Amino acid sequence: MRRRKVWIVAACLGALHLAALRADLFAPYGYAEQHRDYPYAPPAAIHWDGGRPFVYELRPDGDNYRENFSTKFPLFFLRNGRLVSVQEPGVLFLLGTDGLGRDVFSRVLYGARISLAAGLLAAALSLAIGWFFGTIAGFFGGWTDQLLMRGSELFMTLPWLYLLLAVRAFLPLHISPLEAFFLLVAIIGGVGWVRPARLIRGVVLSARERPYVLAARGFGAGPAYLIRRHILPFTWPVTLTQATVLIPQYILAEVTLSFLGLGVGEPVPSWGNMLAEARQYHVLTGHAWLLAPGAAAIPVLLGYLLLADELSLENQADRVN
Amino acid sequence: MRYVLRRIAHGVLLLAGVSLLTFGFTALAPGDFYSDMRVDPSIPPAAVDALRRQAGLDRPLAVRYAVWAGSALHGDFGYSLAYGSPVAPLIRERLGATLLLAGTATLAAWLLAVPLGIWYATRRGWQEALARAAVAVLLIVPDLLLAMVLLLLAVETGWFPAGGMTSPDAAALAWPGRVRDVLRHLALPAGVLAIGMLPALVRHVRAAMAEVMDAPFAQSARAHGIPPRRLLWRHLLPVAANPLISLFGLSLGTLLSASLLVEVVMGWPGLGPLLVDAIMARDVAVVLAVVMLSAAFLIVGNLAADLLLYRLDPRIRVRR
Repeated sequence: MRRRKVWIVAACLGALHLAALRADLFAPYGYAEQHRDYPYAPPAAIHWDGGRPFVYELRPDGDNYRENFSTKFPLFFLRNGRLVSVQEPGVLFLLGTDGLGRDVFSRVLYGARISLAAGLLAAALSLAIGWFFGTIAGFFGGWTDQLLMRGSELFMTLPWLYLLLAVRAFLPLHISPLEAFFLLVAIIGGVGWVRPARLIRGVVLSARERPYVLAARGFGAGPAYLIRRHILPFTWPVTLTQATVLIPQYILAEVTLSFLGLGVGEPVPSWGNMLAEARQYHVLTGHAWLLAPGAAAIPVLLGYLLLADELSLENQADRVN
Repeated sequence: MRYVLRRIAHGVLLLAGVSLLTFGFTALAPGDFYSDMRVDPSIPPAAVDALRRQAGLDRPLAVRYAVWAGSALHGDFGYSLAYGSPVAPLIRERLGATLLLAGTATLAAWLLAVPLGIWYATRRGWQEALARAAVAVLLIVPDLLLAMVLLLLAVETGWFPAGGMTSPDAAALAWPGRVRDVLRHLALPAGVLAIGMLPALVRHVRAAMAEVMDAPFAQSARAHGIPPRRLLWRHLLPVAANPLISLFGLSLGTLLSASLLVEVVMGWPGLGPLLVDAIMARDVAVVLAVVMLSAAFLIVGNLAADLLLYRLDPRIRVRR
């Protein structure tokens, strides 16, 4: 029963990530494609009269737009490698456009690539570092353990955002979006290893006293063999649970840094730098659809939250049995 | 007393370590405050060198750290090159605003979380499911989005001022008017912070209460006919308070981080916008001071929580 729930949630999350990965298929436009005649166009209304779905022509009307009901443009599905497209010269802005006339829906999808990939990679990095130090500290104990745990306390005495900014502050400001992306992953992942390290250390501490580990040690097994054969499988569940907790945190960390202008920059979209456009409230008023990237984060965060809850319940059940 | 001294010494050591760590990051920095001037052909390189020498940027890292740490101990955090003024007064102004915001939000969040958590812990069936759903909804809405949506609502409805800490004409008001003006500006950012903290706190309060509610001592007290209200206040809460006091110390870090973001979005003149601007301007002195301050804040908060625990829980005193 519990298993099935985990799989359903995991499948939904997988679908969301797939949508980001195949943004080129699902997005009607490219992420940098500008429609200079349509700045701040509202989300499109799609109509249906029994035949093909269609949109009306969009005409600028002062600061706003109105639909011209005499001209229809039909929608096409799976044409030219796009899931949905509209007959030229009609326009299809499912979630409206930003100040440069770029389609927000397409940019949310392409931005998801950056934001989700940053979360996943950074979590992988910090789990790898955390696993390495946590296992070493827990397995060898003694002064190694003392040194690593004291060192990790230093990282924990700074609020996470201040720590991230402190590191980001002293790295180059003006770099290409790709460099910025990897820089972000390195910072977020490199700064976040402490919590997983401490958790994994605790698990390793209890694992190395298990009878079968002691027996293997008695038979002359070396540390490398013991860690690989006996300790690693034991740390698996806590590593997995930590991943479901860290990934959403790191997605938000990327969004936050890019929002503050310290992450991935234009023209490459990320959920954070898209939200930055709505930072001035006079832009935001009347153009609420600019908040779409923030709303897009909600189902992803929900998925990871459900997964984390289920996995930690399962771990508890394992421990009781 | 020995325990108290040891904890304080530990905190001071941590702070020293953090200062070393953050100062070490500056060594990684490519370029400094004057780097942009080098690109400018109208400024001779010799002048830039002279400026750097004047600011002491040409000396080795260890010397700079010693000088900085020495003066920081006297409460002098150096000179902000971007603002052209000493850092300390710059920060003192902002610190008050951040403390006001964070303090109000913490107070509001805990005042709401404790009764809600207790209520949640005692419910079964549909009420529990409802509470769980509500907590989950609050948990997954990013603070950033919440702040922006509330800001949008404030502007559209005009119920709350949109950002800032005071109205433009506030200086002319008498003091009760000025206080009311600040409170009106405070409501929205503090509300966002409190709502952001609330779900995690409610979960913890519930977990702590659920643990003690079924404990043998609680069952026997119930069996002896102690009325529920007295049971809650005299027997359950003091025991459940322990993890919550530790949580109070730990949650300060999350609070400061969330506060930074909310300050930037809502234009609250606290440490957050100052730090972000300082990073953009490569104003090392301000960045260092703000980061150190946030660490000090966290260490003091944790220390206070530990000492409070020590005071309230005889078990900790006996164990030593």
